[in-house]
Amino acid sequence: MKLLTHNMLTSHVKGVTKGYPLLIKATEVKVSEVEFNPQFVSRMIPKLEWSALVQAAEEVGHLNDLPTELLPDYENNEEFLRKVHRVLLEVEVLEGSLRCPESGREFPISRGIPNMLLNEDEA
Amino acid sequence: MALRCGRACQQYLLHLAQDNIDFRLPEIKALLSLRGKQFCPEENFKEKSPFWLLNGVSEEDVRGLMERTVCAKSAFELWGQGRTHNELQSSLRKYPLEKMAPFTQRESTYKINVYTFNKTLVFQERIKKIDTLEFLPFQGKVSLKNPDHIFFLLEDYGSDPNNIPDEPLHVYFGRWIADGQRELIRSHSVKKRHFIGNTSMEAGLSFIMANHARVKAHDLVCDPFVGSGSLLVACSHFGAYVCGTDIDYNIVHGIGKASRKNQKWRGPDENIRANLRQYGTEHLYIDVLVSDSSKAIWREGPLFDAVVTDPPYGIRESTRRTGSQKEIGKPPEDLSGESHVPVSMVYQLSDIFTDLLRFAAHYLVMGGRLVYWLPVYRPEYRDEIVPQHPCLRLVSNCEQTLSSHTSRRLITMEKVKEVEDSDELALLLDSRFRPYRGHNAFREKYFSGVSKRRGKAEQSSSSDGGTDPQSE
Repeated sequence: MKLLTHNMLTSHVKGVTKGYPLLIKATEVKVSEVEFNPQFVSRMIPKLEWSALVQAAEEVGHLNDLPTELLPDYENNEEFLRKVHRVLLEVEVLEGSLRCPESGREFPISRGIPNMLLNEDEA
Repeated sequence: MALRCGRACQQYLLHLAQDNIDFRLPEIKALLSLRGKQFCPEENFKEKSPFWLLNGVSEEDVRGLMERTVCAKSAFELWGQGRTHNELQSSLRKYPLEKMAPFTQRESTYKINVYTFNKTLVFQERIKKIDTLEFLPFQGKVSLKNPDHIFFLLEDYGSDPNNIPDEPLHVYFGRWIADGQRELIRSHSVKKRHFIGNTSMEAGLSFIMANHARVKAHDLVCDPFVGSGSLLVACSHFGAYVCGTDIDYNIVHGIGKASRKNQKWRGPDENIRANLRQYGTEHLYIDVLVSDSSKAIWREGPLFDAVVTDPPYGIRESTRRTGSQKEIGKPPEDLSGESHVPVSMVYQLSDIFTDLLRFAAHYLVMGGRLVYWLPVYRPEYRDEIVPQHPCLRLVSNCEQTLSSHTSRRLITMEKVKEVEDSDELALLLDSRFRPYRGHNAFREKYFSGVSKRRGKAEQSSSSDGGTDPQSE
């Protein structure tokens, strides 16, 4: 699971009102190089919940020097876009889980794939 | 508008493939609109013809179109046309010399090809046709092997193979500009794909879907019924980043029984990511998740530029969503045991589409497109049964016939407004938004036809390995 995906996921456990962001418990994290595409990163930034991204990067130990506040004029700031690119697309959680911040329900991640299915009585 | 611009504007000729005929116009329109252009049909435009004229576009637009289309074979800069060779010649004599000049220079080489639709000509006949074009001001040398410019004389002998006229119904002459992407149908054939499922979408239609959806570079596309990821392969080919979900744990993880004949189990690296790797687009892979598409696992907001999907309709894939055991009274399937797999229940087909339209309305960016297949029972099909949503505008609806009684329709919709609370209410209360419900007994209708035929064909027990119609 890439952190871009995590940034878009929320808990859908029945009755939960604050299910975002999911807390990451990672037991295996991998960083693999992905072709840098400044246009895609620039397009994604306005869609992101920045604080959730910063928190997620910290949880998986890859915050590095990602600014805690979104920079203005980021479109032309390649250095910044590269940092965002790395966190969004290169850091992957292979094993671990996502925890609903309100209910504590855990969604397992195995072989990089989160399982978001809920039990019958939770949905 | 097109006709008024007359001689002043350059016209282009498209030569289209004669399969998936219904899908061609929406594809060409979608691709032109990606370049901010419209398709302006001639007065006597015939949609089923293999030859269409393009007006109001530049050569660059045509090249851009040909880099995407799988419906069109080739594009030409039209120099002349007519119903007869005489008409063609007088039309060619009116074509401005200064427009020909860049391609008829002494130092450039050229060749002329003859293409006939619905007729085969022998070599001598083709040479004779080329000789009638002698009056054209070509000054360069002919080079058959490696010409700088290629010209085509195209003859249309109509569409009836049993009644081929002696003389063509229409003739065109033009300079070849580019070929379309028909080659992708072969290069991306499911037969050669690393990882497939039972219902992998054929390559040609996958690319048509991506084109109808106007998928482009730097987009983020989601398939909520991702299966083996055929549609993600097509979307990533056009430069989009892709993600998807599926309720089937095994297919998302690429484990379990193989879908290939002569192969029992899936291999260790048979998964969606490996499919993208096979075609060199792994860098565009975001994620696939195990999830029930009817559940809101995504946070609210315009996340996706397009939603392209082939929902299950229970013929080769069962229609399932998570639900309580009471609702179905069927034991949970025992899968792998590494995580709980909830009970699946039969998913009302009409609910799949209601949920899918709601999904698209919520998560598409404004102007983003939803492209999906809707199965229909032909004898009772009316356009009104196509599901609607207050935030989505129907763009196109193309039929692919599956049998005498069944077909599926490729529906393209565009998000035109943000979701408001009143829209959710309208969906619940307004029967206009649920007309597919009455039509929805597709499975039953499909299988009633199948089982009748099967009953006639064989009295004894049958086992074709497909879904048993009686079991759900």
